Amino acid sequence: MAERERRLTPPYGGVFVARTRVMTAEDMQRATKRMAHEIIERNHGLDEVVLVGLQTGGIRLAAQLAEALRLIEGYEVPVGCLDVAFYRDDIGLRPVLPEAVTDIPGDLDSRVVVLVDDVLFTGRTIRAALDALTDYGRAKAVQLAVMVDRGHRELPIRPDFVGKNLPTRRDEAVDVTPDGVDLGEMIK
Amino acid sequence: MTRVVANPRHGDLRNLLSVADLGPDVASGINRVLTLTDSFVEVSERAIPKVPALKGRTVVSLFFEDSTRTRLSFETAAKRLSADTMNFSVGTSSVKKGESLRDTIETIEAMGVDAIVVRHASAGVPLQIAQWANSAVINAGDGWHEHPTQALLDCYTIRQNLGDLAGRQIAIVGDIRHSRVARSNVAAFSALGAEVTLVAPPTLLPPSLEGWPVKVSHDLDSVLANTDVCYLLRMQRERMTEALIPSLREYTATYGLTERRADLLPGHALVMHPGPMNRGVEIAANVADRPNAVVIDQVRNGVAVRMAVLFLLLGSGIEWGGEIDA
Repeated sequence: MAERERRLTPPYGGVFVARTRVMTAEDMQRATKRMAHEIIERNHGLDEVVLVGLQTGGIRLAAQLAEALRLIEGYEVPVGCLDVAFYRDDIGLRPVLPEAVTDIPGDLDSRVVVLVDDVLFTGRTIRAALDALTDYGRAKAVQLAVMVDRGHRELPIRPDFVGKNLPTRRDEAVDVTPDGVDLGEMIK
Repeated sequence: MTRVVANPRHGDLRNLLSVADLGPDVASGINRVLTLTDSFVEVSERAIPKVPALKGRTVVSLFFEDSTRTRLSFETAAKRLSADTMNFSVGTSSVKKGESLRDTIETIEAMGVDAIVVRHASAGVPLQIAQWANSAVINAGDGWHEHPTQALLDCYTIRQNLGDLAGRQIAIVGDIRHSRVARSNVAAFSALGAEVTLVAPPTLLPPSLEGWPVKVSHDLDSVLANTDVCYLLRMQRERMTEALIPSLREYTATYGLTERRADLLPGHALVMHPGPMNRGVEIAANVADRPNAVVIDQVRNGVAVRMAVLFLLLGSGIEWGGEIDA
């Protein structure tokens, strides 16, 4: 699970112990390239596309997707970052603090926003991100790209571009690093 | 100081009564607020400068002393966090009919509030209220004692313009004796490693400066050349009737930041003032309009800093002394 995601599930913290490597760094590169192609195909080019990475796990993936898009189309898409701390529905239930300042490039009106995160789990972060985006303008469409979809959705949210579908148990943890994706447990 | 029982809702920080409340390590507590403030500055710059973080919470401002900017600033901050706000101004309340402070607090609490923002002419009133109340208490100025959110917004404004405060030379000029702003700022500035010099006539200094991490000067001209921040305090006209200074004109001649004196400051130096300014008394009218006078920045940052304080007290659920854990 992403650094952030991992702290959001009880017991809020602990140490991640990896059990299986499910994606290597090369697997992630290939998945990123494929997702880049899918984004171009779906949007008939990149004219209206803006990538928005979610703090903290989505930031690196958003940058890698932008680089892959540049290599394919020779065009640099705007990349922003979004911290959803103030929009979470569990404020008051667990510690919440933003990791970084939100930075949305330009006006989102009539742009296609591709939200980027590393792991899609309950969908609550994406719900908060959708709320946050509406405060920046009326995007023409919002799409979702994630490296790992681990299931266990609690809201009607689904990704548009997925690196890997990974069946998990609820109590397992997924860790995404530059070296690869690991499945394991959080040990308190 | 009697420490109030731990916050039943979340972490350590239940109230903000003084700069010292920001934690066993004041500097890291201040830095935490300032870092969070960056996020709220971004929120304030948006087309829709509002986040739902404190939806359903109620913040009441309880001002026993006149204030425009602090009250409006807190109110704006609460509204930008989607909290509900209530206003209690003494002039139109039952305090006029003789209600005691304790009854007033109990009445307000019974309506179900989450935070009480207090200003009072007597030092210690916010602490007293904190001991009675279950809600978070924020000191918005008590007598000559403290005004912690002012210190936080001043630190933020300095950091925004000059970077880190460590090693900076800050001169606080004017009526130190009667100033809660000076007390909070001396604590905050020195915690962050700045060197503070108090510049005032002896009658406007506190009777004892023992334990204050400051230098003292009675000669503003000699201090200015080596100053990064010239922080002016409001010269309250009523001090003249107490015979602490001979006349406002003489005060301006010796301690006012006139154009000639402002020219002595290094090019990068900031001129700050907590407001409201008496142009022509502690600060010359056109010095206040120079680009290095950041008084308006202070007001603007005040809203974001107070959003950060309200969010930390009511929403974040973090342990004040502990690590940032989310």
